[in-house]
Amino acid sequence: MNIYIRPEYEVVRDENRCIACRVCERQCANEVHRFDPETGRMIAESDKCVNCHRCVCLCPTHALKIVKSDDTYKTNANWDNQTINEVYKQANSGGVLLSSMGNPKPYPVFWDKMLINASQVTNPPIDPLREPMETQLWLGRRSAAIERDEKGRLKNTLAPQLKLNVPILFSAMSYGSISYNAHESLARAAEELGTYYNTGEGGLHKDFYKYGKNTIVQVASGRFGVFEGYLESAAAIEIKMGQGAKPGIGGHLPGAKISADVSETRMIPQGVDAISPAPHHDIYSIEDLRQLVYSLKEATAYKKPVIVKIAAVHNIAAIASGIARSGADVIAIDGYRGGTGAAPTRIRDNVGIPIELALAEVDQRLRDEGIRDDVSILVGGSIRSSADVVKAIALGADACYIGTAALLALGCHLCRTCHAGRCNWGIATQRPDLVKRLNPDIGYKRLVNLVTAWNHEIQEMMGGMGINSIEALRGNRLMLRGLGLNEAELRILGIKYAGESM
Amino acid sequence: MLLREGQFRNPSGCAVTGVIDRSGKGMTGEGMIEAISVMHDRSNGLGGGYAGYGIYPHYKDFYAFHLFYETRAAKEQTEAFIARHFEIVYSSEIQTRRIPTVTDEPEIFRYFLAPLPRKLANSHLDEREYVARCVIRVNSEIDGAYVFSSGKNMGIFKGVGFPEDIGRFYRLEEYEGYAWTCHGRYPTNTPGWWGGAHPFGLLDFSVVHNGEISSYDANRRYIEMFGYRCTLQTDTEVITYIIDYLVRKRGLTLSETAHVIAASFWTTIGQKDAAAREQETLLRRMFPSLLVTGPFSIILGYEGGLMALGDRLKLRSTVCAERGDIAYIASEESAIRRIAPDLDRVWSPAGGEPVVFELYGKEGRAQ
Repeated sequence: MNIYIRPEYEVVRDENRCIACRVCERQCANEVHRFDPETGRMIAESDKCVNCHRCVCLCPTHALKIVKSDDTYKTNANWDNQTINEVYKQANSGGVLLSSMGNPKPYPVFWDKMLINASQVTNPPIDPLREPMETQLWLGRRSAAIERDEKGRLKNTLAPQLKLNVPILFSAMSYGSISYNAHESLARAAEELGTYYNTGEGGLHKDFYKYGKNTIVQVASGRFGVFEGYLESAAAIEIKMGQGAKPGIGGHLPGAKISADVSETRMIPQGVDAISPAPHHDIYSIEDLRQLVYSLKEATAYKKPVIVKIAAVHNIAAIASGIARSGADVIAIDGYRGGTGAAPTRIRDNVGIPIELALAEVDQRLRDEGIRDDVSILVGGSIRSSADVVKAIALGADACYIGTAALLALGCHLCRTCHAGRCNWGIATQRPDLVKRLNPDIGYKRLVNLVTAWNHEIQEMMGGMGINSIEALRGNRLMLRGLGLNEAELRILGIKYAGESM
Repeated sequence: MLLREGQFRNPSGCAVTGVIDRSGKGMTGEGMIEAISVMHDRSNGLGGGYAGYGIYPHYKDFYAFHLFYETRAAKEQTEAFIARHFEIVYSSEIQTRRIPTVTDEPEIFRYFLAPLPRKLANSHLDEREYVARCVIRVNSEIDGAYVFSSGKNMGIFKGVGFPEDIGRFYRLEEYEGYAWTCHGRYPTNTPGWWGGAHPFGLLDFSVVHNGEISSYDANRRYIEMFGYRCTLQTDTEVITYIIDYLVRKRGLTLSETAHVIAASFWTTIGQKDAAAREQETLLRRMFPSLLVTGPFSIILGYEGGLMALGDRLKLRSTVCAERGDIAYIASEESAIRRIAPDLDRVWSPAGGEPVVFELYGKEGRAQ
């Protein structure tokens, strides 16, 4: 027996506005809308609706809206509707609950409990419209010996670094989890912005090798699509040890999204679920990680920085310290709010820690050990605005990865159903009819717009603080104050409470 | 209760000035007192100080420690510490003169020291590093004691009051040196602690600074990785440590150091010739966390020279001038004109452009 579960959201149509043009019907891959020839009207089946707002956005007469259902079980502060429904679903199916995108639960967002400083009187704010305001930076290992040539000039003893024009990169999203057109949009935007996008663990489509100098290629536990040419093509290599949305387990790509093209790029069979192993089976310890870091460096003649990406978990500072001593050039930390194309719901919603706290701990630990210059720190999961970027850098990050925000720029409405593979926005799908809805010519421009806008805002905030280089903001925690934080949170973040003087 | 300097961050506006006779001839501190008095309104009576170079010719081979003691216990503890680490060649109270406006002075002592050879050898440290670590230990570990000067053949004299009064308090007209710097302070808080006045010094480096840097905590958290402890939480302290780290510990030249602290903008670097572009890019890539932003103008004193450096946006004024062998640096031209009305050359260096004046025949010796 399957218990009927009422949908959480309902499609509401204004019959006075609807002209039965059937756009909604054609746009909905979930087959919510249908034309009833007998009445000449459109009918909606809310049970199938994922609330992606595609029909709402494209309805020419704005006749549609999606509302939260007011149907409810008897109100219970402990057993809310969703919790009860999930029990029903699991009793119906016997399956693990699957979700997409980042943890949506009402945990505290520490970004929103930190405030940024500005100059008044004793030193001047700087006007970015009239003065240079530098957001350019270099990522990678900075500690290097001072050596001089016979003329006494400094020799370049630095390890390879990545140059960024903006302190923002596009985080790992694999081809397979997202579409060809989404990848093309990211690659072209990265090129135009002077930053990088990340292939994720799905290999690199043969058409995109030309964007290599703006590409970070990932080596994950499944080793999908990894071969010499792949490593060679990239600006940097990222070893994915973990992901914020699902710490402790590997990537999940449902078979429905493994098209012929994805299969070729990943070097795996078509139509079969691609579940990456939870660990790298050649890395059971920190010394094993060092071996992989140096294997990849050997394979690419020490010409590319190696990034190690980890999920923010309880012992993050010690883990990061180990990574910094393992030859990695950059540590990427992914917070528990980080997005994903598919993750077990319980893991996504209950495992890991906030990126703000993880970042603060890692930055301070690496300084305490005197090895902060051995690595750069990248953070993601989740960075939602330019203010989050400023706060992250002031806490100690070198730069930020954005994933969800980039997908929103491409049209994503956070319906959190990527795992179904029927993304109406042409992003998290491989169905050709849906993929073509995302025009990369428009998509890349929207990404460029987003990052350019954020960069302007970052410059405005920096100028307000009297800081004209992003490098002078990094780790500058006196520029932050806490609000609504307890003593432990302030201590971990390493910031003072609002109102406390310098 | 008001916190003491070092327990909070205390930004301040200021006046700075410096003079050097490049032929090495001695001048008394009187000229500096005269010059700084013109800029009286740039100070507010809460701090003044001087650094003189070449003032201890008879003890030039020994580290001259100047100490403030607030309690007898602090003095006993410190002297025991010094005795464990150094041979004390000579020690005495520093002679001062009663000035009605200078009050609440601590006990002020001077020691000429040589590191104990066996102790130094056992430490496996370079001599200067050994001395620097001893200074940092006294200042961070002994409550009520503060080493405010620790170089050879140089000395810092400072306190709470207007700089001209502090100069007379220390009887600076009785000292002769080839170079002097001076500082008048305008702190935006009122701790009234003598150790918090400027110049700030470590070994023979002394820094006087006017400004309020916006990069402070980025610089502080970075430099503390290398054994420095920013106990005063002032810009001057962190800038001194940055210079000490880059010049003494990493072996950069003063000009290279200036390109780290007040680096040119990337766009400016891009327009330079290939050699300069390559070197300056390299320095910015190696030491990005030591870039200092926000307004500052500093005068660095060291054995044999002075360097003036301002922030790259030139948010604080600096004027340089020359008259024969003597070179002058000041926040305002009026301060220079007061002691040298006729000058061969007067100019305002560009933001981020270091100006170095050194003793003839001893150029490029900062280390």
